[in-house]
Order: sequence, then C-alpha cells, then structure tokens
Amino acid sequence: MFTPNTNSPHRIESFPALSLQGDEENITLRKTTSTRMSAKETKAGKKYLMLRLLKYVLLDILKNRMVIFYALFLFVISTGLFSISGDPTKGIASLLNVILLVTPLLSIIFATIYFYNSYEFIELLSSQPIQRKTILYSQYAGLTISLLLSLLTGLGIPLLIFAPTYESLILLLAACGLTMAFVSLALLSALLTRDKARGIGLSILLWFYFTILYDAFLLMIMFAFMDYPMETVTLVMVALNPIDLARVVVLMQLDISALMGYTGAMMQEILGKSQGVFAATFVMMLWIILPLTIAAGKFKRRDL
Amino acid sequence: MKTSLFFILITSAFLLNSSCMYAKQLLCGKGTTLPIIQNALDNAEPGDTILVRSGHYKQGNLFIKKSLMLLGEKNVILDGENKHEIITVTANQVCIKGFTIINSGVMSTKDLAGIKILACRNIVLENNIVINCNFGIYLSNTKHCLLRENTVKGNVIKDPNTGNGIHVWKADSIQIIKNESTGQRDGIYFEFVTNSTIINNFSHENLRYGLHFMFSHSNTYTHNQFTKNGAGVAVMYSHHVKMYHNSFDHNWGSSAYGILLKDISDSEVMYNKFEYNSAGIYMEGSNRIKMEQNSFYNNGWALRIQASCTDNFINRNNFTGNTFDVSTNGETQLNNFSNNYWDKYEGYDLNKDGFGDIPYRPVSLFSMIIEQLPPSLLLIRSFMVYLLDKAEKIIPSLTPIHLMDELPQMRMIKFKETKKSLSSTLPYLYYQPKLNIQYLKT
Repeated sequence: MFTPNTNSPHRIESFPALSLQGDEENITLRKTTSTRMSAKETKAGKKYLMLRLLKYVLLDILKNRMVIFYALFLFVISTGLFSISGDPTKGIASLLNVILLVTPLLSIIFATIYFYNSYEFIELLSSQPIQRKTILYSQYAGLTISLLLSLLTGLGIPLLIFAPTYESLILLLAACGLTMAFVSLALLSALLTRDKARGIGLSILLWFYFTILYDAFLLMIMFAFMDYPMETVTLVMVALNPIDLARVVVLMQLDISALMGYTGAMMQEILGKSQGVFAATFVMMLWIILPLTIAAGKFKRRDL
Repeated sequence: MKTSLFFILITSAFLLNSSCMYAKQLLCGKGTTLPIIQNALDNAEPGDTILVRSGHYKQGNLFIKKSLMLLGEKNVILDGENKHEIITVTANQVCIKGFTIINSGVMSTKDLAGIKILACRNIVLENNIVINCNFGIYLSNTKHCLLRENTVKGNVIKDPNTGNGIHVWKADSIQIIKNESTGQRDGIYFEFVTNSTIINNFSHENLRYGLHFMFSHSNTYTHNQFTKNGAGVAVMYSHHVKMYHNSFDHNWGSSAYGILLKDISDSEVMYNKFEYNSAGIYMEGSNRIKMEQNSFYNNGWALRIQASCTDNFINRNNFTGNTFDVSTNGETQLNNFSNNYWDKYEGYDLNKDGFGDIPYRPVSLFSMIIEQLPPSLLLIRSFMVYLLDKAEKIIPSLTPIHLMDELPQMRMIKFKETKKSLSSTLPYLYYQPKLNIQYLKT
C-alpha cells in the first residue's frame, strides 16, 4: 500500500508528532498530568497536531508546480488587462469575468485531484490516533491556504499596483471567498464517490452547474414569472449560487446598478453598502462551512 | 460716396450723443437721497439708468414698469425674506445687471421667481446671481431677450418643491448664454419657445432635468454642459431642433438619460459627447433625426432606440466602452446606421479601405432580453450570457436582423477639435458680483 520514498513527506519518520514515543511535548504532557488530561490540554494538543498536519499538506502542495502556474497565470492576465484598458474600473470589470470563470474551476478541480492523490496518505493518518475531523480540516486548510497564497500574489499584487481601491479589495475578497467555497465543494464531491474519475466528473459538473446552468435556470424562472414582482426571489436565488453572489457584490461596487432600474435600486439598497458586503460575506461563509461540515460527516462515517 | 459716408457718421454720432444727453442717471439705495429702490423706479423716466448702491435690501417686490437700466454696484443683495417675489418686469427694453437676488417666497397659487419678466420684449439680464428662490429667472410671453452670465442656485435639498432655474414659457428669439443653473427642479425649462439660442450654459445637479423642453421648435443648443442631473435631459414634442457640441455626462440613475428624445423630428444631434450616462440617448417616436459625429463613451446603453423611431440617420459616431451599444424593443428596423466606430466590432478589413468587410450588429441578444425582462439585468457579465450572445452573433435569429452597420469603421474616428467654449467669442466680461453668504437664510 505504501512504498517508502526518501523524498516524500509521507514517510512516518518525518512525522514526529504522530509517532507515539518521539514527541517530547507529548511525553512531558503525560508526565505532568498522569493519565487524565484536562480538556484544555487536549484541545491545545489537537491544535498543535492540526498545525503540524497542515504544515505537511501545505509543503506538499507548494511543491506541486500547479499552484505556481496558477499564480503566474493570474498575474499575467491581470497585468495584461490593466495595461490594455487604461481605466482601472474597466480593468476590474474585465478581470471580474476572468476571475468568475477561472477561480472556481481551478479550485474545485485542483482540490478534488489533490484529495484523491493523497488518499493513501490520508489512510495512513487514519491509522494513527488522530481524529478524522482533524485530518479533513487540515487537508482543507492546506489546500485553501496554498490557493489563496497564489491568488494573493497573482491577483493581489497587480490590483495593488494598478487599482488600489475599495472595489479591487472587494474583488479580491470575492475571489478568496469563491476559492474557499469551491475547495469545500471539492472535498464534498471527492467524498461522495470513491472512484477518482467519477469524483472529478462530479466536481466539473458542479462547476458547470454554478457557472452556466444555474443562470440559465434563473433566466427561465424569471421569464416564467415575469408578471410577478420577482425582486426578492431573485435576490435569494442569487445568494444560492456563490459565483452569482460574488459577481453581483462586485458589480454593485462598480456602479453598474444604475442600469438595472428598480431591481438595481433594490440591490444597491441591500448589497451596495458595507452592511450588504457583510451580509454577502455571511452567505459566502455558509457556502464554505456547509459543504465542509457535510464532507466531514461523510469522512467520519466512511469505511476506509 | 465719401460725403455720404461722412454724413452717416456725423448723424450717428449726433444720435448717440443725444440719447446720452437726455437719459438721466439716478443713484439710489443706502446713503443716498433715495433709500427705497421702488421710489427711484417710480421717479425715473423711461430710458434712465438707476444705479443701486451696495447693501442688503429687504424691500419686498420691485416692479419695473418703464424702460430702464437697473445696475447694481458690488454686493447689492435684494432679499425677498422668503415672502415675496423680488423683481417683476412688465415693460419693454429693460436691462438688469449685477444683482444678487436671494430668498424668494414660495406660493402654491403663483410661481414666485427671483426675476420675472411678463409679456414684454427686449430684456437683458446680465451678471445676476439668483440664490434660494423658488423659480430663478422666469420669462413668460416674451420676445427678444438676452440672458447672459447669470447664476441660479436653488436649494433643492431644503425644498423639494422648488421651481425651475431658467423658466421660459411662450417666447420667441431668446438668447441664453453662459448661465449656470443648479439645485433647481429643471435647470433650463422651455415650453412653447421658438427660434432661440442656448449657448455655453452649465446645468448641473438639478433635481429632475438639466434641460427640459416641450413644443419648442427651431431652437439651437450648442456648447452646453449637462452634468449629474437627476434624470438627465428630456426634450419632447418638438421639431427642427439643433443640438451641437453639447456634453451630457454623469447622469446615472435607474431612470436617467443623457438625453431623452420623445417625439422629436427633423432635428440634428451632432458633435455631442455622452459620457457615463445610464442611457446616452433614449429615443421614442422620433423621426428624421441626423446623429453624426457624437461620441458615446462608458454609458450603460449608448443608444436605446424604440421601434417607434423611423428614418433616423446614425452615422460616423464613436461607440466606446458602453455596456450595451444599441438596444431596441422591436423586430422591424427603419433607421440607418452606417460608418460608425464600434469598439465591440470583431470584423476584419481585407481590402484595407478603413471599413470592416462584414456588417456589425450592435444589438446583442441579452439587451433584447433586458428590454422584455428588466430584472434579468442581474445576470449581466455572467458566463451564460456571454455564451448566449456569442451564439446569437454567429447565427442571428432573435435580434433584429436588419439593424446593422454595413460599413463599420475599423478605427476610432478622430473628430476635428471643436472649440471647448464660446467664452473667447463673448465680447466682454462684467465684474462678477461677490456674494456675502451671511445674508443667506438657510
């Protein structure tokens, strides 16, 4: 099942925290508190363990060139767009299109593939006295942090150089939110099926659904109920799709709401102000937390 | 020939001289024998000049019933104390210069104004500042008037029922030059006004329209600027209107237009700039309008042309950076688009004649959807919408197939540099009366 590889971080020797005797802190802990550990110490130990795991996941992903390519790609695209359109607002608007398409796609597929590839490592970890939740969350955190790092370097630096405004901050936050939500969705889709191909297929399907199908359905529903006041309903439906949510929040900052007539006025009322951004952040947090908790539940009950 | 010329010169000099000799000059106001301005106005003979000393006057309504020249020194403030109308003119040939007119009353039965001209002709209003009045300058049933370099500043935040800045009703041959109007309901309002010229005015931040006219034929509007008005500019039910070199910008809002053309015909809209408007031009029931060499930049819609518009010629305009170039609500298309520059054009030019070889269809499918279903604008910049538009571009089926520019320009058209303003051509500038803010009742 597991072939020893001197370069791999997956070697047991490289996890002193995991081996039962090797960890000095564990030994001291045991010495001071005899057999019963207080809740606080257990918690601290868990946190330490999680950080340790996170470190290995993160190092492993950063060794993967994909993340670096992603950062480079974002950097080239955003610098290019800002140089072509002299107006920073226009640059942000066109960058939004790219971000809405690329960030979810890359996050979900990369995370799914990575999860399947490190399946053996996860199995190994599961054989250790580590909670399943900790394993999954450290995987999630490692994936998110590495993707966010490349997002911040690839997108954040050009935004800081060309358009250091409130709008670009919102755009960056939206991109971060999308990354986190789609990594979370990726873990869910990876845990729904054992088969790697089916898992990746499911994550592509999810991306396709949120990017294209959902908007088409939304348009269909709008047409079907065009005789009714649909403003509140559409607003709720927008919140039910993280990509739409990110798009609308950024567009509201870009003053495009004036085009939208009554709907736009209402959207502006709800989403244009800072409370609106907070509300959107809250919904986005739900999009991050919910799939992850479901995935954690699945992982806990899973027969590996 | 020479003698006759000499004779004319002599007579004209004599005539000029004589007119000066007979006209009196009266000094009135604070520190003079005539402290009440109305007394001076009553005592004067037609043709006299009345100079008002500087000061803050609270003398109610001034009636000018004779042909007079009323001049203000520096800092002459006529205060209506939020009760009265301030100057009412009912005589021909009156000139009012250099006053600061503040705080007119508000009445629901009568339109009280800073300066009101009623049923007369040959009036000159120059260098006046009208502040915090219900109506600023109000012309009714007049002919041959000149309004130059006046400033009207309303207090629309305090009083949402304010009147119009420059209000002209039933007039002919009016010249409105270099005025500024702000904070009123409509910046400049015309109804039944003909043969008039509106040059170089600045109308901004008004509650409703920067310029609003109806049933006003054969007028010319040039070099005006309309900025940040609640609903932009609305022009209706008129023909033979000429609009050149105007700038319409930053009229953002859910129902704001750069300019709304409703039932306008045989008119020319040329050399104008439309920037940052929700809709650059919104046309409804307008026929035979010539639109040339305008630049549409960064508008939501550059042109919304309803199906009720026919025979309009839209040539040689620049369309850049607009969210939607053209939108329409019908299948039939009876307008002519040609030789425009569209920044969204993706065609090619094999024969290098400067025009694209394939026609450009400026109406996108999404803009058609929005016309039917305004809330769907929520999906703007969605990838799905992009796909829909692309599919429609390749095989047009739902968008009006005949609405197209057969010969789109490949490069942005460089218009000849036009004079930014006419200020250089104006003969002279009077002193600008300085305003003492402490008199203002806020």
